[in-house]
Amino acid sequence: MKKIKGILDIKIRSKLKAGEEVLFSGEFYTARDQAHKIMGERIRTGRKLPFELKDTIIYYCGPTPSPPGQTIGACGPTTSLRMDDFTEILLKQGVVATVGKGRRSGKVRRAIKRYKAVYFAAPSGCGAFLATKVLKKEIVAFPQLGPEAVYRLEVRGFPLIVAIDAQGRSIY
Amino acid sequence: MKEKVRKKLETAVQKANISLREDVFSLIKSAYRREKSPRGKKALGWIMENAFVAKKRKLPLCQDTGLPIVVVELGRGAVVEAGFIQEVKRVVEIAYGENFFRPSLVDPLKRRPASYGPVLVHIELNLEIRGVKLTVLPKGFGSENKTRLKMFNPTASKEAIEEFVIESVQRAGPEACPPFVVGIGIGGTSERALFLAKYALLDDLRKNAANKTITAWQRKILKKINALNIGPMGLGGKTSALAVKIKTASTHIAGLPVGVNISCWALRSSSFTVSGREI
Repeated sequence: MKKIKGILDIKIRSKLKAGEEVLFSGEFYTARDQAHKIMGERIRTGRKLPFELKDTIIYYCGPTPSPPGQTIGACGPTTSLRMDDFTEILLKQGVVATVGKGRRSGKVRRAIKRYKAVYFAAPSGCGAFLATKVLKKEIVAFPQLGPEAVYRLEVRGFPLIVAIDAQGRSIY
Repeated sequence: MKEKVRKKLETAVQKANISLREDVFSLIKSAYRREKSPRGKKALGWIMENAFVAKKRKLPLCQDTGLPIVVVELGRGAVVEAGFIQEVKRVVEIAYGENFFRPSLVDPLKRRPASYGPVLVHIELNLEIRGVKLTVLPKGFGSENKTRLKMFNPTASKEAIEEFVIESVQRAGPEACPPFVVGIGIGGTSERALFLAKYALLDDLRKNAANKTITAWQRKILKKINALNIGPMGLGGKTSALAVKIKTASTHIAGLPVGVNISCWALRSSSFTVSGREI
């Protein structure tokens, strides 16, 4: 299986094909509904974000709290469709990939093609299994959102399926 | 609430979220053996590994530890005070926190802060049992969001109902974490049909319905769903659903409500029964 590491530059992205399975090692930023709403509003009104979006991978995930002695709780993907209205604006800010579960709208698929980004599907409903792939978790922004805050996750050998590739081809 | 009941309830909260129901696991195992699609098979493998890791690390099967529902069934000889129900809600809420489950409940309009309660309680009369049966059912919202209700004409055919169910499953698609367990409530009023659809998920999935016609119908619908090629995690294959469960209730001469409630593969629930006096 293909292993990819670090920043997903254009060279790596353009080689990925829809349907391909990869093991990813690098960084994810978690963000789900409320974090997207805040980021969307801030970008639209020209305000700064508490972290840089350029070259980041956004993971649609709201993990359970970390039990004592464990890096993270269960941390599987949530439904990507709910984030569709905010995806294009984030890609425009330099986000290179999104990770979630399920289908995307036609608008998102076209935006992914335009920005040569990638959309990955992570094993859905496998939050405990995916916790074993996370080495580090730290809060980055919006702590007031609790489980919906933005966390930076360092992952190793995280299984992903290319669901929409940079050419706009989709597995669904 | 007596200490013994409190402990049982705490265990049910933990068990429901951490260990996959035995009936669900056995259906996943047999689906794994039968699945021909390589990606679908791989997904089922991940699902089994997830169940194993969750148990070992005492982590919830899914980060969405759901909106906690407790179904309280009152059987013969049950005497339950309002204070007991309040206590049930409190114990479940505390147990969620103690187990490091996710606070996923918010005010519908303010949307924050997220908390563990209030727990949703349904009280049902069930004279087939003795005492009080409590079931903890954490309902994840990836699948709950795909719930549907249709008020059919009373002259509608069984085929029309089938079509509605199939269409609902297709709409649920890869987002709702297939293979699904599909609960169907037929009859009653609108809210009753939807409750029955969810209540149906609590039955042992390996057991037939009490009525032969219903059992045959469940099988027929399951076969149709598994021909949709949604597959495990929506990656294609012949395992799009593990089971279909139908519950019916008398309805009005002018109507035929049909509710469809879908569960992700991680159908979680845990039950126990106490005698009327143990409460």
